[in-house]
Amino acid sequence: MAKLTFNEERCKGCGLCVNACPKELLTLSRTRLNQKGHTPVEMTRAEECSGCASCATMCPDCVIRVER
Amino acid sequence: MVVFEKPKSLTDKEFHYCPGCTHGIIHRLVAESIDELGIEGRTVGVAPVGCAVLAYDYFACDMIEAAHGRAPAVATGVKRSMPDKVVFTYQGDGDLASIGMCETVSTAARGENITIIFINNAIYGMTGGQMAPTSLVGQVTQTSPYGRDPKTQGYPIRVCELLATLDAPAYLERVTVNSVKNVHRAKKAIRKAFQNQIEGKGFSLVEVLSACPTNWGMTPQKALEWIDEKMIPQYPLGVFRDKEG
Repeated sequence: MAKLTFNEERCKGCGLCVNACPKELLTLSRTRLNQKGHTPVEMTRAEECSGCASCATMCPDCVIRVER
Repeated sequence: MVVFEKPKSLTDKEFHYCPGCTHGIIHRLVAESIDELGIEGRTVGVAPVGCAVLAYDYFACDMIEAAHGRAPAVATGVKRSMPDKVVFTYQGDGDLASIGMCETVSTAARGENITIIFINNAIYGMTGGQMAPTSLVGQVTQTSPYGRDPKTQGYPIRVCELLATLDAPAYLERVTVNSVKNVHRAKKAIRKAFQNQIEGKGFSLVEVLSACPTNWGMTPQKALEWIDEKMIPQYPLGVFRDKEG
């Protein structure tokens, strides 16, 4: 099973990872802000993640670490 | 097992780039290439003037900040005095294709054994979105509010094609980072540009079509689509020179 770790304080809420995920498992938070004032990315249905790292590949800010 | 994390050749400093700016992706690809080739200890980078002016804070190797457009000249000096170092410049279009065009063309014509990463986002980003030499015909910018008019403002410059008229360059390729597939291709090109230098093949330049959502006035996702729709027809992707040996 894949495990994603988000370095939330680096996230700028651009959403490129959200669009990159082939399974649409990522979303931008609707309830939280990070210190920069951006809405950080969050994982939904984590058990479905295959760890393909498409999200991390498109992330401009090195927010996502992928383990498999 | 970790399959993806921030490369070691990037410092922990957070990028100052706007949300969705693809400079961050390209920084990462350069750092990954340095890591994979095991050259961090002997790499010297030259930062430009432009949005990437602070690149010296982000790359963990030795960095120099060059005067506007002069990065290839500085890189030439470093490489000639220390040929065992791996020297790269990281420049935007306002830097490389405008004020630095002389240095770009002359360095390419001499076939200096350096690597240039050229970020083409068709606009001056740092100064607030003015028209660049690479801005598209009809593109609305701060200094072309009615769209770039070729009658008075000329046509965009295709840097790879222009340099491909010279004899000396070893490797010229244009890539983009607007999709996962294209990021992988860009990585391959950037890595090859470094590998060429290590093998002494000569001048290698990779042009990366990059998104500037802020100054294009688009969402980050729309900006990636705009690269496909508008930029690639003007700047076709591909290899323009690949000298063997």
